[in-house]
Amino acid sequence: MKPRNDDFNARSMHLKKMSDQELKAYFEKLTDQIIDPMLELAYNHTTPAIERSVLMRMGFSSLEAKALTEKMMEHHLLAHGAGHVVMRYAQQKKCPIRDAGLRLMDTSEMMSMVEVFK
Amino acid sequence: MNVNEKLDIRAILTDLEHYRPKRRGWVWRDQQPIDLGAFHYIQASASLKNGIPLPSARHLGNIDPQPDATITTEIASGRFEDDIRRMRMAAWHGADHIMVIRTAGQSHMDGLLEGTPQGVGGVPITRKQVRAQRKALDLIEEEVGRPINYHSYVSGVAGPEIAVMFVEEGVNGAHQDPQYNVLYRNINMIRSFVDAAESKKIMAFGGLAQIDGAHNANATARDAWKVMPELLVQHAINSRMSEKIGIRPDLICLSTVPPAAPPSPDLKLNLPYALALRELMSTYKMRAQMNTKYMDSSTREATVTHVLNLLISRLTSADIQSTITPDEGRNVPWHVYNIEALDTAKQAMMGMDDLMSMLEFKKDGYLVETKREIQERAVLMMEEIISMGGYFRAVEEGMFVDSGYYPERMGDGIVRKVDGGIGAHSILKRADDYLAPVSAHYGYNNVSQYGLNKHDDPSKLIGGSTFDHPEWIQYIDELDDNDNVNIRLDESETYRSTTKIKPEVQWLGDGVVTLDLFFPTDSDTAEVAALVVAKNMQLKQAEVIHKEILHPAEGTRVQLKGVVSFDVDTKDLVLKEKEDLLSDDVMFEYIKKHPIKVIAGTGGSDEHSVGMREVLDIKHGGIEKYGIQYQYLGTSVPIEKFIDAAIETHADVIMISLIISHDDIHYKNMEKLHHYAIEKGVRDRLILLAGGTQVTPELAKEHGMDQGFGRGTKGKHVASFIVKRHMAMYED
Repeated sequence: MKPRNDDFNARSMHLKKMSDQELKAYFEKLTDQIIDPMLELAYNHTTPAIERSVLMRMGFSSLEAKALTEKMMEHHLLAHGAGHVVMRYAQQKKCPIRDAGLRLMDTSEMMSMVEVFK
Repeated sequence: MNVNEKLDIRAILTDLEHYRPKRRGWVWRDQQPIDLGAFHYIQASASLKNGIPLPSARHLGNIDPQPDATITTEIASGRFEDDIRRMRMAAWHGADHIMVIRTAGQSHMDGLLEGTPQGVGGVPITRKQVRAQRKALDLIEEEVGRPINYHSYVSGVAGPEIAVMFVEEGVNGAHQDPQYNVLYRNINMIRSFVDAAESKKIMAFGGLAQIDGAHNANATARDAWKVMPELLVQHAINSRMSEKIGIRPDLICLSTVPPAAPPSPDLKLNLPYALALRELMSTYKMRAQMNTKYMDSSTREATVTHVLNLLISRLTSADIQSTITPDEGRNVPWHVYNIEALDTAKQAMMGMDDLMSMLEFKKDGYLVETKREIQERAVLMMEEIISMGGYFRAVEEGMFVDSGYYPERMGDGIVRKVDGGIGAHSILKRADDYLAPVSAHYGYNNVSQYGLNKHDDPSKLIGGSTFDHPEWIQYIDELDDNDNVNIRLDESETYRSTTKIKPEVQWLGDGVVTLDLFFPTDSDTAEVAALVVAKNMQLKQAEVIHKEILHPAEGTRVQLKGVVSFDVDTKDLVLKEKEDLLSDDVMFEYIKKHPIKVIAGTGGSDEHSVGMREVLDIKHGGIEKYGIQYQYLGTSVPIEKFIDAAIETHADVIMISLIISHDDIHYKNMEKLHHYAIEKGVRDRLILLAGGTQVTPELAKEHGMDQGFGRGTKGKHVASFIVKRHMAMYED
């Protein structure tokens, strides 16, 4: 930001009439205005770290989760959800979730899911 | 666990693969007024089952009042196995929130670390390390009789995975604040906020307490007190975001540091700010941290600053009172300074118990006007952030950590670009069919395509998650054969399984000692002189850690550390036998029933009476305190006179002080006293005691005394002996 002098007195004129309670309510309203767009962004987006954390909750180690996520990223599958891809594979092959993930480490198996999510 | 036995680190590491933590989630202290000794405390909590009271407590019946606030200590020497021992010591001194700092650079690791490599400036946070420390704390909390919260960081580019691992492993609290990533770790801002939403959702599920990162602005800004308006903004952004995602307000803790430190006018700057913050964010908890910004190498100066910080806590509020070790200005904290910091907090907080029941703030004038002004400045900053186009735009413009007092701007704020930083371009829009079949997931999740409704737990689709099936967790032991705890333990095994010991400041067998020296010379000369002393004392790796000028020419204080290269073998040590002292209560009671009279004085031609008076007088905790009556005959009393006076007054005890030891005159006088008592036929009913700096008990007994008392004798030692001997003579 460009340097500027302290213009607090002029800038704060409109706040002077507020009671402490009103100022607090206004502060909270402004806070929500700042964070709501960011929460919306988070609602509709995901990241490799989020997807790795999903796989960990499904019973994969950190190393397995990382390898799977990278593979799915490569094959443009991650936007469907890493856990989703593994779950769908398990349903198709009628195998346990953990087996499904380990088998998806194989590139050809992963490629087969590209078709499924087309 | 036996309190007299050391923790077995190898036993803690055994069968870790199957260890499950006892509980999940944060625990606040059992806050309640308590009565201890003669006192009633208000801002207090339940006492410990095992603990170490403050040193002065021995004059007050060893009471150890615990404050209402949770007390934090940060322990992370780089070797988690050594830190476990420090955690136990810290718990005994009142810590119930143990925070582990991460090794340098971990926030940039895109994934979890595994195994137990050694850290730098902290500990690599891994599942094995976390599980071992939580397992140890599960034992330690039973020993002290109070739940201990374990804490580290959910930040960096692997935040969500760390959060999952923390919930699985029973970690109870974590730092989580995307602004920290953005401003201080240059992690892409969108990535940080998207990840943070998931991390917070996971933490909410696990009941972890969250601490934000606003205090880092103090530590970074050039003039820490000028960032006060921005601190309010940062706290608000992270707290409100957390609340909307689902963290309970009573687990949202604001990390607040009094921004200024002496020699600036500490309270005048810090108190209005503390009030402004607590008023605007009254629904959240306060984690009061101590100031580090202006910390130097003087542990004394740091301690005074921290006590002023504790005063702010007591004048306002603190739900978690963090402690900074007073040596943090010169090294990664050592064992003893964690303990000093904890004792400082306990001492100051209980010393200021119930302070605000006696005080109130002025309703007008400087304090409230300044408080309001800080709040208005924060509101103005938020208005401008919104007018700029939101948080991300404001960061791009360099709005944060500017050294001006907002709205003043110096143009030196931290600038980050929305498409820059680590992890940029790694954010994906979720597809319409996006699904995450797990608990505690934030955001869009199309579960309806598989027949669930939106309130169902998505993990139903796969039969649960590691949160309810811990046996699903994949435990990795070690990844690096050359850098792990087993190798480190083998290297220091001598000090674990033999009788050899070495002085230590942080790691078993590190051999580090400190010297505190004064030289009557200038500072530069003193520093070099100190190193010569270290060399002649055969200290290795000597390094000056602190210097203070007493006068430019007259003298300098130097503190120095170095490493000793020898061991001490405890099997060769001859320990002094400890006399079992009677308790004060037993002595009071006995003397009330059996009055005891003493004849006392310095014998022969000995004028040294100071030591004797201390052993006699009530003022110094002498025998008089216990109700023993004495008649003081004065100095240079002829030996015969002691016996004659005892007969005349029906005294039970003679206490003779003999300081002069030239030509063994003191022992000769003891024999004289003994023989004269026999001659008069009263030896059997008299207890004869001799004391003095050169008196050794064994020799005194050889020379006819019932007991001798040397250097360092206190009234209670003598009183306890008299009562015991009196009991043996008359009660049996």
